[in-house]
Amino acid sequence: MIRTEELLLNVGPQHPSTHGVFRIIVKLDGEVITEAIPVMGYLHRGTEKLAEDLNFTQIIPYTDRMDYVSAMTNNYVLCHAVETMMGLEIPERAEFMRLIVMELQRVASHLVWWGTYLLDIGAMSPFLYAFRDREIIIDLFNELCGARLTYNYMRVGGVKWDAPEGWLDKVRDFIPYMEKKLDEYNNLVGGNEIFLARIKGIGKYDAQTAIDYGLSGANLRCTGVDWDLRKAEPYSLYNRFEFDVPLGKTGDCYDRYLIRLEELRQSLRILKQALEQMPSSGEVMGKVPRVIRPPAGEVYVRIESPRGEIGCHIVSKGKAEPYRLKFRRPSFVNLQILPKLLVGETMTNLITILGGIDIVVGEVDA
Amino acid sequence: MGAWLDESLTWGNALIFFLWGVILLTIVLGFVTYAIYFERKVIGWMQLRIGPNRVGPLGLLQTVADIFKLLIKEDTIPRKADRVLFILAPALAYVPAFAVLAVIPYTQDLYFADINVGLLYYVALSGISTIAIVIGGWASNNKYALLGGMRSAAQMISYEVPLVISVVGVVMMTGSLNLRLIGEHQGNWFWEWNFLPQIIGFVVFIIAAVSELNRTPFDLPEAESELVAGYHVEYSGFRFAFFMLTEYVYVYAIAALTTVLFLGGWHPPAPFLDFVPGIVWFLLKFSCIVFFLFWLRATMPRIRVDQLMGFGWKVLLPLAILNVFITALYLELFIKG
Repeated sequence: MIRTEELLLNVGPQHPSTHGVFRIIVKLDGEVITEAIPVMGYLHRGTEKLAEDLNFTQIIPYTDRMDYVSAMTNNYVLCHAVETMMGLEIPERAEFMRLIVMELQRVASHLVWWGTYLLDIGAMSPFLYAFRDREIIIDLFNELCGARLTYNYMRVGGVKWDAPEGWLDKVRDFIPYMEKKLDEYNNLVGGNEIFLARIKGIGKYDAQTAIDYGLSGANLRCTGVDWDLRKAEPYSLYNRFEFDVPLGKTGDCYDRYLIRLEELRQSLRILKQALEQMPSSGEVMGKVPRVIRPPAGEVYVRIESPRGEIGCHIVSKGKAEPYRLKFRRPSFVNLQILPKLLVGETMTNLITILGGIDIVVGEVDA
Repeated sequence: MGAWLDESLTWGNALIFFLWGVILLTIVLGFVTYAIYFERKVIGWMQLRIGPNRVGPLGLLQTVADIFKLLIKEDTIPRKADRVLFILAPALAYVPAFAVLAVIPYTQDLYFADINVGLLYYVALSGISTIAIVIGGWASNNKYALLGGMRSAAQMISYEVPLVISVVGVVMMTGSLNLRLIGEHQGNWFWEWNFLPQIIGFVVFIIAAVSELNRTPFDLPEAESELVAGYHVEYSGFRFAFFMLTEYVYVYAIAALTTVLFLGGWHPPAPFLDFVPGIVWFLLKFSCIVFFLFWLRATMPRIRVDQLMGFGWKVLLPLAILNVFITALYLELFIKG
């Protein structure tokens, strides 16, 4: 009689495919996972606690460092929360600038996901193609606010800098270029038999499970639930534009892949409309008191980040610092379904499923 | 060369044989050095990068520097590893990789051993490397290495079978296992080479060969996004280099073998191109195959381990057997009849 043993394998925190310092302990029977225990917190910096000693303008750079792949949307959710509390008016041009950078950011973020996901699956080249195109957006942001990753661009009441001369034209030129590249990506990867065999039917769950786990973003929409905060609870200027919310049917990794690619196209569509409707001049900073003191009370706002619903809950006692600040981070919430999905899967599918959820560890641990 | 090999063994020609061996070894090591450089350059260009360009002119000395770095690195053996097997594994992987090169003919005059069962010798020896990989994975006492080693064992066994059966068609057409005769048997027009009449065998052979080489899309034993580095995760310094060398020597061997078996070896694609020496044709075809292998790596994602098994047993093996059957039918009806 052969004696077999379960293998306890420690994946991460130093593992090439856990997207940072995420760690997961798996019990393997051969190559099949019988139990998976995620371990989080290697990148915990206590953002929410630190925020209690800072005024709101000082908190903005901290939000950059949560989801560092999509810093603009993080900036926005905090500013939006404070503005909602104080009932501030935002100049139209400022709101347009915010929307343009947020959609550009969504394109950049999905490109990072696309490249790294294929890298996880074993294809090297798409990663470099994706980063070539992301670089253009990063350069645009660099020109706008002097930073490539942590922008600190938005302020309560508007944005810090108006677009430099010619910047909007560069964005305009970028859209057709990116649309062409998306077709190219689709040709390169979309029909690859090995790639399809790797992700079709993997990591499946139904709509009820997704809602029970509080999933959001592409992870929710892949099951067919029509829930995009840009459409469902329009914030900023999203109700002025026409765009579709791509939905999946089966809830597997392939649907998530298709949705994210389609979201890229829709973002470009929004950008195109935004550039047309944007006022050619105007203030980019509203009338804001010198010291930002939201009135005592609570507020919760939520927006659609590339990874899902990012929320900001502020409890204020009428001081310049928040009494309590809480971020609902989509990566953290979406990750909770992972142990359930992994049981019965192989080691290879662990990487496929984890990549498909699209986490950023900075946001998981905050 | 043939005349030399037939002579009785004396001290004099033993020395000459030894020298030939050393020359072949040097050529192969030179090939490995520049194949790595070539691979990095080619993949670099395909991926919008430049590739190595710092060490030496055009980065030509990059691999030399890398090998030197590996040489002077600390040689670590994990405390809980099985020392004897851990040390044995790289050598065991490396020796058969070189030994198989003996039977490969480059032109009708340039060959190093004229064995009648040359093809069988190649297949038998190359199988030993699998054992080395399993031993290396097991002896490291590392879970990732163990998984890599086990995957490798399963993969090599599954693909060795279609690989061998796919060349049976070629053997039947030639009537010999001698690689030199197989090369000679093919004609001076490119349609007289084996790859057209044996197209099924050729395709199966190429796929199985890529898998045998553990290269993308079949690089599961060292799948870096899952197993970090697979069976050689605990190896460092020159022991690691030995595994690396083995891999590239097999690239050399498989490319040469494919050239001889299917692409007409040293024959020109048309008789009037006969004035170009055979070795040039051989090198040209050989380089194309090497390039093809590198090209695959820049293009393909990795297949999953259960899909790999299914593909090997359910698709490649029946195809290879079908090829043998068709070849037999063809020979019986048109050639003998």
